[in-house]
Amino acid sequence: MIQDAAPLDERGLDWIRGGGEAEIVLSSRVRVARNLQGFPFPGRAGAEERADVVERVRAAAEHAESMDGGFFWEVDSLDTVDREILVERHLISRDLLAPRRGPSGAALVLARESCCGVMVNEEDHLRLQALVGGLALESAWRQVDRLDEEIGALLPLAYHHQFGFLTACPTNVGTGLRASVLIHIPGLVLTKEISKVLEGISQVGLTYRGLYGEGSEVVGNFFQISNQTTLGKTEEDLIDHLGRVTGKVIDYERGARSVLLTEAPSVLEDKVWRAYGILRAARSLGLEEMMNLLSGVRLGVSLKLLKSPRVETLNEILVRGQLAHLERAAGARLSEHEADVCRATYVRDKLAKDERDAGQAPADGTSDATVVDGPPSGG
Amino acid sequence: MLCEDCREREAEVHLTSIEAEEMRSVHLCVGCANQRGISAETAETVAGAPPLADFLAQLGSSGPQTPIPDASEPCPFCGISAADFRKAGRVGCSQCYVHFETQLRGLLRRIHGSSQHAGKLYLSEASDITDRLGRISSMRRRLKRAIETEDFETAAELRDRIHAMETRE
Repeated sequence: MIQDAAPLDERGLDWIRGGGEAEIVLSSRVRVARNLQGFPFPGRAGAEERADVVERVRAAAEHAESMDGGFFWEVDSLDTVDREILVERHLISRDLLAPRRGPSGAALVLARESCCGVMVNEEDHLRLQALVGGLALESAWRQVDRLDEEIGALLPLAYHHQFGFLTACPTNVGTGLRASVLIHIPGLVLTKEISKVLEGISQVGLTYRGLYGEGSEVVGNFFQISNQTTLGKTEEDLIDHLGRVTGKVIDYERGARSVLLTEAPSVLEDKVWRAYGILRAARSLGLEEMMNLLSGVRLGVSLKLLKSPRVETLNEILVRGQLAHLERAAGARLSEHEADVCRATYVRDKLAKDERDAGQAPADGTSDATVVDGPPSGG
Repeated sequence: MLCEDCREREAEVHLTSIEAEEMRSVHLCVGCANQRGISAETAETVAGAPPLADFLAQLGSSGPQTPIPDASEPCPFCGISAADFRKAGRVGCSQCYVHFETQLRGLLRRIHGSSQHAGKLYLSEASDITDRLGRISSMRRRLKRAIETEDFETAAELRDRIHAMETRE
């Protein structure tokens, strides 16, 4: 059974618990693009055809074992904040929200207890995807592959004996597979080794982007690395290759960090503690500022310069510190200024909680605790 | 490198194009490039790693750098024309891959370095025994690999899938 229009609640946040290499790799994602036979692709389809596609996918998901007990949402029936929440959780792309003539037919199917699901009527009829914490590309691929087998057995897919799975954009054709890792590499940025690494990445057929995918800026030293080509190689080869290159990037990052620790320990410590201090004390915090400071804190946690917060908390803040999540928590739409204030409060509370749990002196790495989170500001 | 046209000035414009599915590089000085109607700006973009839109725009422009002629008729299923495709960088339906096959094969080779799918095989209801045997052998390859990499979860799943297909024969 699949549940329709359930509250979003905590759905699709399983990845934040982390996984292998979680201090450096936030998450691994695999998606495959698929289209149904006999329908024009969504960009060329009319509202009725898109609705027909959704209905078929909804019915197929009902019989797909890996979606058992899962959820189904039609984007048109979600309010603006919920739509944005799905984008902020990386469960749908912003493109899925693009306005269309008539009902959009855009929808999301999500498994009950993982971040595995199907985005319907984006650029392709189906984007099957799985998002997992840490470096775990094989696990993400396994989930997607299983779902693909189930859906493919229930719905006739567009396939060409030579070109493989057919997609709206020729850059996705063949396997339709895009695997990516979201990686945090401040050491390479601080040691200015990053351009060499990114150049290397491009030379081996991979590409990089910012946190929010194509066209997005790199903020907070978070990079998304993914395969560039989809045709001519097997899915396993594409995933192996990305996994191996990611492993290399992790090694370089570790190397860069140990150089920093040896050659500029005080600079590094200062950077980490300043970032922590601001996050722990600020009364107004912009999104980008928060991302950049979280990067410093994450580095500090990873190097054990900070006892708290936990990596999981940092992941959670990255998600819940975004506008729509803050709006949902506040129960109201927020102006930029209001959002910055709410964000600062939220972050302070989260860090304070982890601090208490870990018994870390607030914003002071050495001894006497100074009270950083002062008396209530009165509003 | 000297300009291929005048063979006097240094070539500064490097253009890669596809003609009859062959990749061809042209090296020209700015003057001769202008005579051919190629701007240095366009050519540089193309000589580097062109984003798809630039590459497609190149297909659409007239003159000597037009590597692929327009397919004359729009796709009979979705009605998209070669010009629409170039503009949007997206085809309209799966039939487009049959209708524009020649052009797409060149494009795919350029984008992916290959035009032959090597991944999972998909069987529709219309598939025959050869297709099914092909798929079984592809799954056997994946099974072998899964065992080699000690990915036993995948191996178990593939074993079940192979068994299910074999008993259906």
